Amino acid sequence: MPRGGQSRISIVINGDRVEVPAGITVAAALFNLGITALRMSVSGEPRGPVCAMGVCFECRVTIDSRPHQRACLTAAVDGMHIQTASTS
Amino acid sequence: MTGLRVDFYPEIVAADVAVIGAGPGGIAAAVSAAERGLRVVVMDRGLEPGGQIWRHKAGAAATPEAQPWITRLAASGARTINGTSVVDVRPDADGFEIIAESASRPLHIWAADIILATGARELFIPFDGWTLPGVMGIGGTQALIKSGASFAGKRVVIAGSGPLMLPVAASLADAGANLLLVAEQARRAAVAQFATGLWRTPSLLLQAAKYRVRFLTSSYTTGTWVTAAHGVDRLESITLTDGRRTWRHDVDVLCTGYGLIPNVEIARLIGCEIREGAIAVDNRQRTNVDHVLAVGEATGIGGAPLSLIEGAIAGSTVGSVEAPSGHLLRRRAALVGAAGRMLDVFAPREELRSLPHADTIVCRCEDVSFGAVQGAACARQAKLYTRVGMGPCQGRTCMPALDFLLAWQADSVRPPVEPALVSVLSSEVAGEATPSFPLTSSVGEAYQ
Repeated sequence: MPRGGQSRISIVINGDRVEVPAGITVAAALFNLGITALRMSVSGEPRGPVCAMGVCFECRVTIDSRPHQRACLTAAVDGMHIQTASTS
Repeated sequence: MTGLRVDFYPEIVAADVAVIGAGPGGIAAAVSAAERGLRVVVMDRGLEPGGQIWRHKAGAAATPEAQPWITRLAASGARTINGTSVVDVRPDADGFEIIAESASRPLHIWAADIILATGARELFIPFDGWTLPGVMGIGGTQALIKSGASFAGKRVVIAGSGPLMLPVAASLADAGANLLLVAEQARRAAVAQFATGLWRTPSLLLQAAKYRVRFLTSSYTTGTWVTAAHGVDRLESITLTDGRRTWRHDVDVLCTGYGLIPNVEIARLIGCEIREGAIAVDNRQRTNVDHVLAVGEATGIGGAPLSLIEGAIAGSTVGSVEAPSGHLLRRRAALVGAAGRMLDVFAPREELRSLPHADTIVCRCEDVSFGAVQGAACARQAKLYTRVGMGPCQGRTCMPALDFLLAWQADSVRPPVEPALVSVLSSEVAGEATPSFPLTSSVGEAYQ
């Protein structure tokens, strides 16, 4: 256990390995990394979390190759691969 | 029974009572029923029991109010299934079959009685730029903070309505956010009237004061609302107005929302009567559908203390002819009165109806503009022509907004009430009659 007694886990976001606190949701982890656009809308607009409780479906990302997973309802797990929308 | 992938076989759980939703109301209902010896299953979309108000980070301790209930739930014998979305509810000869998706697997729950504790969500009113990343719900912001998000140093404005703004402002200040302004759309006189009314409930007044103390360095204003959000690919600034002048703030996050609305989709699917947007119940929390009860915010916005009482009433009477205790009924009556006064004060002002322009997106799932639906006679017609409300959220965000903007009546609810995997939608227990109680096993085992 590192300092502060809070264990950390390692996840992969858009190909980059990052360390995040255990127990965090995917939505919160992405927010903390400054990744605001999680998906592209049907007309190509970037979208991010709105309700953060599983209702609005705006925070959908691809998690371990499963598309359309709600980042706000998913706990980050060690080794998890997360792919967000590309805004470029 | 060959040729199908095992994922198509649902896990089956049989119970006396299925509780849908594990917020305070659902937990109190599950605890009360399970402690009477009933077999109870309580399911929830979230990662941990507690709902929105008692949300806490996975593995972390819950708040002092929540922890005793979560401990009691664990000890009650009720089975809690988190991470579960209800897709369909079908009545059958012995009760109900609830079809759900749990951890990407089909889950079927057979139950004699159902207690709906589906809670509430925020009402959003569309305005230009509200789809930009960085524009979030007020409750959504609270949920993100509780899920581990850091708002330290973020420039934040809260602009919306309702008592929820105070605890969220306090949380943001505690989290080190640069909270520039808290803007309540309701008029000063109305808010003052609400505050005066709180004298009748001193604990609420004390609570409000405690929240305000935590963000004293930020401004709080009434009669002010957001009219537009600006930015390219993410939120950069917002425009506010007090009806006379307009001004801008550069922000990283805008928290907005106009109070809470009951989640009634599953109730409507079952055929429960909805009155003024909430599930109609009698004094034993019974809906008009036999063996279906409802508690908490889904029956009318009233707060966690009221949800706990309603949960206890439902859990102590479900499946029996026992009357609820007079003590519980008296406490419920007192709390219902206080909640009713609150709703009138924070009703969205008339000006908010002219916030969206013709090209403002109202349906975020299908990117349907306000102009595209304005001419429709009803929700059904608009859906057929534009796909408004037909995306993954199933209209949960846009339809309440369109109800406010255009006075549309909600269209009928049909399964699936949430997007689900094909394996869940097609999961059937082929050739199996309704099981006799008790039965708690996966079909995988049962058919070996």
